[in-house]
Amino acid sequence: MQLQLSAEDEKFRDEMRTFFTTEVSQEIRTTVAEGRELTKEQIVESQQTLNKAGLAVPHWPEEYGGRGWSDLQRHIWNEEMQAACVPIPLAFNASMIGPVIAQFGSQEQKDEFLPKTANLDIWWSQGFSEPDAGSDLAGLRTTAVKDGDDYIVNGQKTWTTLGQYGDWIFTLVRTDPEVKKQAGISMLLIDMRSDGLEVRPIELIDGGHEVNEVWFTDVRVPAKNLVGEENSGWTQAKFLLGNERVGVAPVGSTKRVLARAKELGAELVKDDPLLRARIIELENELLALELTALRVVAHSEGGEPHPASSVLKLKGTELQQAVSELVVDLGGPDTLASGEEGDTESWYRRSTPTYLNLRKASIYGGSNEVQRQIISRTILGL
Amino acid sequence: MDFTYDDEQDALRDAVRGLIGKAYGDYEKRRQTTKEDPGFDEKVWTQLAEMGLLGLPFSEEDGGVGAGPVEIGIVCQELGRVIAPEPYLSSVVLAGGLVSAVGTPEQRQEILGALSAGESVLAFAHAEPGARWSDSASAVTASQDGDSWTVSGTKDPVLHGARADVLVVSAALPDGGTGLFVVQGADAQAEGFSTYDGGRAARVTFDATAATPLGTAGADVTASIAIVHDITRIMAANQSLGAMETLLAQTTAYLKSRKQFGVTLNTFQALTFRAADMYTSQELTHSLVDWATMVVAAGKPEEVADAAARVGLQVSRGGRHIGQEAIQLHGGIGMTAEYSVGMYTAHLTALDHLLGDAGRHLKVLDATLEEHGVIDPLDRS
Repeated sequence: MQLQLSAEDEKFRDEMRTFFTTEVSQEIRTTVAEGRELTKEQIVESQQTLNKAGLAVPHWPEEYGGRGWSDLQRHIWNEEMQAACVPIPLAFNASMIGPVIAQFGSQEQKDEFLPKTANLDIWWSQGFSEPDAGSDLAGLRTTAVKDGDDYIVNGQKTWTTLGQYGDWIFTLVRTDPEVKKQAGISMLLIDMRSDGLEVRPIELIDGGHEVNEVWFTDVRVPAKNLVGEENSGWTQAKFLLGNERVGVAPVGSTKRVLARAKELGAELVKDDPLLRARIIELENELLALELTALRVVAHSEGGEPHPASSVLKLKGTELQQAVSELVVDLGGPDTLASGEEGDTESWYRRSTPTYLNLRKASIYGGSNEVQRQIISRTILGL
Repeated sequence: MDFTYDDEQDALRDAVRGLIGKAYGDYEKRRQTTKEDPGFDEKVWTQLAEMGLLGLPFSEEDGGVGAGPVEIGIVCQELGRVIAPEPYLSSVVLAGGLVSAVGTPEQRQEILGALSAGESVLAFAHAEPGARWSDSASAVTASQDGDSWTVSGTKDPVLHGARADVLVVSAALPDGGTGLFVVQGADAQAEGFSTYDGGRAARVTFDATAATPLGTAGADVTASIAIVHDITRIMAANQSLGAMETLLAQTTAYLKSRKQFGVTLNTFQALTFRAADMYTSQELTHSLVDWATMVVAAGKPEEVADAAARVGLQVSRGGRHIGQEAIQLHGGIGMTAEYSVGMYTAHLTALDHLLGDAGRHLKVLDATLEEHGVIDPLDRS
């Protein structure tokens, strides 16, 4: 039992902090700090800055840009990045499809996709969920039927986040309708410029356009874009969704928003014991969550994740939502006001859309009810 | 950064678990033991001494073992796991901690030597009716006549005050501040009683009772009392964590075995989801308990008060959540004295109110809310 970081990790942390606060565009970091929406160009620029320094995909195999860091170092990298208001590398690329291609892809796929995926030269979209396959993902119905050297894909995906920017989409498709539902799924990589593929926006409760429907009508996909074996897609899906134990809980960014809320709301908070109590409770729960994340990374070196990892997503999203709710309450009627860009009022004006938008956090990535199911079944054996 | 025990700490945990599990693994034994005075098992107390546990926090020259906070935390967690009634927290951690912090070398050797050997039980006579969780004394006062001192007034509750061989008494000093005094148990008038969690406490009255200053005569030791209180809060949190882990384990086992409508209760998602939330509370508590214990071990006293308040706040919230849910998920059986979960919940409630509940901790943390932007647990190292 030792609280202190090793000298090596301490040095590592200083290096990360220095890089993130000096090498990434100040304009991008200010945009994040103020809670404004990043443009596609800003997201690409930020990731390319990181990738140039070898900081975009440190968890990948070393031959494709990985760094061979410990889980603790990755945790530090992740937290320092969030603390410095640097956008984390696009999850679809860095956390989702990249590791899957590195693990299951053909040599040709690795060479073709991994460098561009790390550098965000290709923007990946995720094509998993369907209108009738949400938490029950294996119930998906989009079909891929072999036709010579191609698959013909028909069906509909939904909740495709930032699909309007997507160059390629990684999909789960049904290649065998006759077997148990998990056993008939394959993973296909599809060029989003293909004929018959259409992206349609979904307007959300925050007024924004973040997610889309993606429709496939007789879309022809070369069979070489199959990842792994046909009908092995469920294995890759589980790997993609379950291999992450660093950065599961958005601790750093939530802490940063709470600190900014304290700063901007200082006058109001100063004399309001109820608000103060609420902030103290949130700070304390965030501390407990961060320490739990540290326990998980410190314990899971090279082995199975620590059982407490399942708490991270559940509690992490609850706190993220609770902090966004606090910001709306601090703003009060100012959340309805006009608010010029860049000042406190504009922060409050954006706070309600953010609060509404973050309701998604307890729904995506395995809803919090799914997390409770995992805890009660897998950990408690119920 | 390391949250794991080393081999020696693992061995200590196993040894304590073995000893105390044998004594109280069967809840009925705890129930029977607490029915009669002194409310704990003197034989178990002797065994704890033989294993070196009563002298764990004290230096070797004082007759102790010189172990650190992590080791004491391990012992407290194991005692909490079976809610052992022995006065480890009040006698060793709290009263012994004060003697260690304030006593002269001779006093430390004499008092802590006897405590470590299991020959003497200590109690800290400090709480005064209505004073809540103060670090100073006011209702009990000290008077000086030449080299001799006396104390007068009433302390209540004094944990294990009727059984204690030696009382460490806090008293308001004639020139201001709070001093500590040693009073032989036999010289004080103690009315012992059972607390709702099967523990023992006493109302102790002093009437110009002869008292020996602990450490320098007439010195204000409020700050020392404060830090020993904070360390005790963190050790109480360890003890609470042990109790919470047992509560969840028992609840889980019950959900798997109890049948209604022809099926076991774990068939009902309304119940298993509540158990999952108990697990979340338990793990968040575990993380803060480990952290606060390491803050003590890091040897930065100025950070201990903050860590004690933070872990105390979490333990108060988490302990109530887990205790209340454990009873609810058990149903009627959870209400009975014969079954353990109700008593565990009572004990958690007692620990919660011994040295401060969530409200007290929130007030402490309120004072420093503006002193930080984000809280960084790694920057405290």
